[in-house]
Amino acid sequence: MQSNRVLTISRAMAEAIGQEMKRDERVFVMGEDIATYGGIFGATTGLLDEFGEERVRDTPISETGFIGAGVGAAMAGMRPIVELMFVDFYGVCMDAISNLAAKNIYFSGGNCTVPMVLMTATGGGYNDAGQHSQALHATFAHLPGMKVVAPSNAYDAKGLMISAIRDDSPVIFMFHKGLQGLAWMDWPETAAAVVPEDAYEIPFGKANVLREGKDVTIVALSMMVHRAMEAAGELAKEGVDAEVIDLRTLVPLDRETVIASVKKTGRLIVVDEDYSSYGMTAEIIASIAEEDPAMLKAPPKRIAYPDIPVPYSRPMENFALPDAQKIMAAARAMLPRVAA
Amino acid sequence: MTPTHEQLAWMYERMAKARYYEDTLAAIYMEGKSPKFDIGSGPVPGEMHLSAGQEPCAAGVCVHLRDDDTVTATHRPHHAAIAKGVDLNKMTAEIFGKKTGLAGGRGGHMHLLDPKVNFACSGIIAQGAGPAVGGALAAKMQGRDSVAVSYLGDGAANQGAFHEALNLAAVWKLGVIFVIEDNSWGISVPKSKSTAVKDNSVRAAAYGIPGVHVADNDTLKVFAAAGDAVKRARAGEGPSLIEIETYRYYGHFQGDPELYRPKGEVAALKAKDPIDRLAKHMVEAGAATQADLDGIRARVKAEVDAAIQYARDSAYPEPEEALEHVFA
Repeated sequence: MQSNRVLTISRAMAEAIGQEMKRDERVFVMGEDIATYGGIFGATTGLLDEFGEERVRDTPISETGFIGAGVGAAMAGMRPIVELMFVDFYGVCMDAISNLAAKNIYFSGGNCTVPMVLMTATGGGYNDAGQHSQALHATFAHLPGMKVVAPSNAYDAKGLMISAIRDDSPVIFMFHKGLQGLAWMDWPETAAAVVPEDAYEIPFGKANVLREGKDVTIVALSMMVHRAMEAAGELAKEGVDAEVIDLRTLVPLDRETVIASVKKTGRLIVVDEDYSSYGMTAEIIASIAEEDPAMLKAPPKRIAYPDIPVPYSRPMENFALPDAQKIMAAARAMLPRVAA
Repeated sequence: MTPTHEQLAWMYERMAKARYYEDTLAAIYMEGKSPKFDIGSGPVPGEMHLSAGQEPCAAGVCVHLRDDDTVTATHRPHHAAIAKGVDLNKMTAEIFGKKTGLAGGRGGHMHLLDPKVNFACSGIIAQGAGPAVGGALAAKMQGRDSVAVSYLGDGAANQGAFHEALNLAAVWKLGVIFVIEDNSWGISVPKSKSTAVKDNSVRAAAYGIPGVHVADNDTLKVFAAAGDAVKRARAGEGPSLIEIETYRYYGHFQGDPELYRPKGEVAALKAKDPIDRLAKHMVEAGAATQADLDGIRARVKAEVDAAIQYARDSAYPEPEEALEHVFA
């Protein structure tokens, strides 16, 4: 069905979940405030009315218990979608995530599946301080056994969510609060997108080249895709032709698309809202170094969150967050011929 | 256990201060957030969880405490911080994200930490329970009779950390008072849908410690229950659990549309406001005249207004200060 309707990410997520619940009675949702409230970040809005309390379950505040229960239900033939309200709360339930959800397929020698989606809100920029603003992509991507997804727009959010629900492995679906299209949070309009009404899948491990260019490759995901596009737009005015890659998934990771791009541009900037050290930025740069460092005409640059807890106060958080200015400065340093 | 006139006046003052503080903050929080409500804008950005209505839980417990006693509060910490004696200027400046704040603007409203009066809080549910056990353990190992109070919401009583902390404190016979502020809501989920027992106080039985249920958000009953628990803790007789039926006048956070809340609930709660009830009791008991109470209210209003002004007048931190204090 053709449609030109524009959805926010939260509406696209809720639509994807609702369509899969209708298609497959094994799919159900649970988490804190996901039923009556419709999810603090809107990812389950309207589902309670449509599917009822049996399949849209508010849980007690007990992440170890209900995420562990999600693992058990998934192994027993259901396909649970479980929300961890803020990714920052991972500390109370990481055992259920990394030692159960992520390892049970392995521990069964491939004889069982864990078709569970753990969706969780990431990101800062609204002064909520260090326990409610982290990105933490790499923490999950680092531990083997779970697929890690982080959409930047509503079209991808729907397709990736449907793929996640249909996947027989555990999938961590990390959505950025500042991209959800919430009434109470400023968000880039580019996060909303035309979303087809019918169900569709976006395969994992396939990056999206959002903007083609020949001078420098900018790799990003989630909120940072919008910062990268903003920077690329500005750089174009200065005569710099930037290529922007939206990774879409961290596990599996589309190294080939990044390598092909850097072979063409010879320059690499990796942007991430997650902490700088031991993170996604290093992983991408390592992929290039292992393939052929000679393809680089300039040292690569990572622009990520400094290795500090997320500060509360606005000037300090703005200082720490990667933004278009930092990306542009890095690009100019790599391309001195066009420096202002 | 009944409070002395001085203790009544102390509790009234702290409760009146907390209430005026929060009602003032609630108004300031909306500055810069209209016409479109944007959580990250204005002088007080980020989430804001107010405790107005829950003052008896703070004053009725902390009146028994000293500076060397530990308090770990929840993500809704202002009333407890004020009752424990956290520096009001520095606390307010922290909430405004200013350089003069408790943490120079690094922590904000959910992460108030004042080592001078051994106060801390956490934005993660039930995660104050363990540190309170640690505070009491340290006191015991150091030969002090300091106690520790861990505040928890009713929702937190379903977290593993709560149960593990109760067991640990009971096994080691530590001076910890676990105080459940039962406002009957975990964001939008009512207690009846999240908690398998009617009263969390019965859960104390699982750990062989006293569990007391305090009905009706009553300051004097909180005072009595907490007095017993603190006495027991100082005497080395181990932990206690106190569950207080209390109210939350505001939403879970400021901006919460509260569509889950039954209509008229807040109006009904306000009709039996605990501060008004304490005032009435004090006058009837001859502990204070109305003029005395008016004097207290005027004094706390001046103190709060001065703290707000201090916060407004203070400078923001330099952006680069974000890099400091990651390590000791």
